[in-house]
Amino acid sequence: MTKTATNEPVLAADGTPLKRSLARALRVQKMRALALIAPLLIFVMISFIIPIGDMLFRSVENKIVENTLPYTVDELSRWDGTGTELPPEPVYRDMYFDLFLAAELKRHTRLGSRLNYEASGMSSLFRQAGRKLDDPGKDAVKLLKSIDPVWGERDTYYTLFNAAAGDAVNQDLLAAQQSRIRWLADETPTGEMAFAPSQNVSDLLPLAARVYTSSAVITGMIENKDVAKSKPMESLYLALLQDVTRPGFQDDLAAYDGPQKDALTALANAGLSAPNYSAIFADIDENWADIETWRVIQTHSGEFTNGYFLNAIDMQKTPDGPAVQPENKRVLIQLFIRTLIMSLTIMGSCILLGYPIAWILSNVPTRQANMLMILVLLPFWTSLLVRTSAWKVMLQQQGVINDVLVWVGLVADDARLVMINNQFGTIVAMTHILLPFMILPMYSVMQTINPSYLRAAKSLGATNWTAFWRVYFPQSIPGIGAGSILVFILSIGYYITPEIVGGTKGVFISNRIAYHISSSLNWGLAAALGTILLAVVLGLYWCYDKIVGIDNVKLG
Amino acid sequence: MSLPIYATFGQRVWYYAFRVICALIFIFLITPILVVIPLSFNAEDFFTFTPEMLSFDPAGYSLKHYQDFFTNNEWQRSFKNSLIIAPIATIISVSLGTLAAIGLSQSHVPFRRGIMAILISPMIVPLIISATGMFFFYSKIGNFMEGTMGLDKNLVGYIKVILAHAVLGIPFVIITVTATLVGFDRSLTRAAANMGANPVTTFFKVQMPLILPGVISGGLFAFITSFDEVVVVLFVGSASQKTLPWQMFTGLREQISPTILAVATILVGISILLLITLELLRRRSERLRGMSPG
Repeated sequence: MTKTATNEPVLAADGTPLKRSLARALRVQKMRALALIAPLLIFVMISFIIPIGDMLFRSVENKIVENTLPYTVDELSRWDGTGTELPPEPVYRDMYFDLFLAAELKRHTRLGSRLNYEASGMSSLFRQAGRKLDDPGKDAVKLLKSIDPVWGERDTYYTLFNAAAGDAVNQDLLAAQQSRIRWLADETPTGEMAFAPSQNVSDLLPLAARVYTSSAVITGMIENKDVAKSKPMESLYLALLQDVTRPGFQDDLAAYDGPQKDALTALANAGLSAPNYSAIFADIDENWADIETWRVIQTHSGEFTNGYFLNAIDMQKTPDGPAVQPENKRVLIQLFIRTLIMSLTIMGSCILLGYPIAWILSNVPTRQANMLMILVLLPFWTSLLVRTSAWKVMLQQQGVINDVLVWVGLVADDARLVMINNQFGTIVAMTHILLPFMILPMYSVMQTINPSYLRAAKSLGATNWTAFWRVYFPQSIPGIGAGSILVFILSIGYYITPEIVGGTKGVFISNRIAYHISSSLNWGLAAALGTILLAVVLGLYWCYDKIVGIDNVKLG
Repeated sequence: MSLPIYATFGQRVWYYAFRVICALIFIFLITPILVVIPLSFNAEDFFTFTPEMLSFDPAGYSLKHYQDFFTNNEWQRSFKNSLIIAPIATIISVSLGTLAAIGLSQSHVPFRRGIMAILISPMIVPLIISATGMFFFYSKIGNFMEGTMGLDKNLVGYIKVILAHAVLGIPFVIITVTATLVGFDRSLTRAAANMGANPVTTFFKVQMPLILPGVISGGLFAFITSFDEVVVVLFVGSASQKTLPWQMFTGLREQISPTILAVATILVGISILLLITLELLRRRSERLRGMSPG
């Protein structure tokens, strides 16, 4: 048996096996193609795909409650919201300190607006609380000063909480407060500050050390002021009262050996009682003593929420699970349905108007067809706003169409037709704007239909109608399908034209999205509505791809 | 197709009725655009024809709305903004888009379908959704550029709008250029390489001149997309990036002045120019490829 090619690999000119050599050539080719595509792909990814992904993420993201009220949310998670009892005192306590810090950075209103989407009244509740939280602190400092005057001096607090040289620093506390304030202030605390919380004191006075540290981060690292000489937040005095009355403080104090021991001992022996936070809140507004308020906060305190999606389909998130919105707030499903119906109507009128045009374009001599094509392409190329403004001019009550009708005598001058700011206006204007998108695909399909089929049908005895319906029409269906999906995809997401000629009755879901972005600032709901719309469009796009193929999209 | 001599009465009626219907639809298509043009010469501040205009009295016509457009600061600034943003966005989308289209038209491209879907997506996703996404994301990018990189606020605004518009123009470039490349004869580049040209020379001396018509028409599409775009700029831009369509949009919402009609007429003029350019390009491209202009 002689040696055959089966056991000896075929070699390329340079001696490598041919198979490997070919594979390498193919790989180089692939790499080169990818290298050409890569810049654009990266560009589109960064400036288009990631923003869309960001929007999708926003529709479920709900960090604001947890980030603004971290300790309250933690405490509140142990409370049973389905019962009839108000949350326990620690919840009120943490709420006081969390809200105080947020109000210091003017962020409590942001949380108020967020919760206001879920229950009206929350916004004013938070705004009002932010104004009145200072007062209990002022009372507390008077009380402290009456026991020992050193508690009225800023330096007392600085020396108490600051870690002197050689003392252990509570790094965890500092880092936690920094990251909390970075989120609240939308600003990274970068300034240098001459303060570090002492480990010893933060063990003795945990709450006060936390409050003083956050206060110091704001003054020292954001406002860039001298911490030792700045007035701490008023909540510090309440925190101090809280700490010196906590169980076990006396024992800890006995073991404590640091600054202000005498002053602290004086406080410990003064027979003080812990502040009553629930009374403070009930004093600010009786709604803080309403279990519903706390239920809303607890329900919406998760890091992620399906609340926006529930809102988008006219439902709401409640402690007992999803529930239908009250009757007067149910608008969005209706709007979705209206968007669908109007898009279908526009698509239908485009088919009705586009079919004869596409037919005549493909059945007259080329020269005439080119002339007529200009009449289709000119509107296609004209600015969308020009066409929209033209329709506004035409359809107004004092507009061209009404003037003509009055002049002809069809309509009385005092009974001019209302054709704008309603669904009619939107449908007419959008049919006009999208008609070229229907005609062009239909035309490109009809051009390929062989006219001899029609003649053959007729010579076999078909009437004109039968020949058209049984022979011509079925062949033109791909064009209708392509055009319809295109028009439907475009119209379902339209914003400009409905906004201008649609009034209140003729608007689409996209106008609602824009409203939530720029007016009501309910961005989560806008993102959820956008996500639903995107899902519908992508579904249609997938159909379009299956029927027509993206590669076959032709322009002009 | 003409009416045969033996057509019945019914066929005759249908033949003419059909043509009348088609004529009416063509009128529907073109009237709104034609109505705007004479109205823009209105001497009054009305959005409709005045009796003077209908009797062709010269006193009923004037150029005052045009004058307003060319002297009013708001309009001029928005026009300039459009002229800054659209060309730069076009250059970005054409240069990146052409390269990618050439890459996509190679014979062995992995994930071709997926890549194509991503590149076309800015055209498919409704503008309001793109605008929403960009609104959130670009404000973060803007803050980063202003805060960390220390760029001027105004400049950052322009960068954001230009990037957003460049993305929106890309699908058009990809589609037109890939369509041109379908008819491109690969043996020409091989011949060039055979005669010692490096890939860059081959691209500029051989491939580029042949696909240029497609590139230019893709560029025109990208230009008009940006020039005509209002939703995204409304969300991403700030007042100092106000473009012409934005100005028109505010004007239409608040109904301020018929200057809008003068602007509209100018824009119709621009689109007629574009249409002619595209038609000439198409004929040239077909001639280059050895097809007869149809």
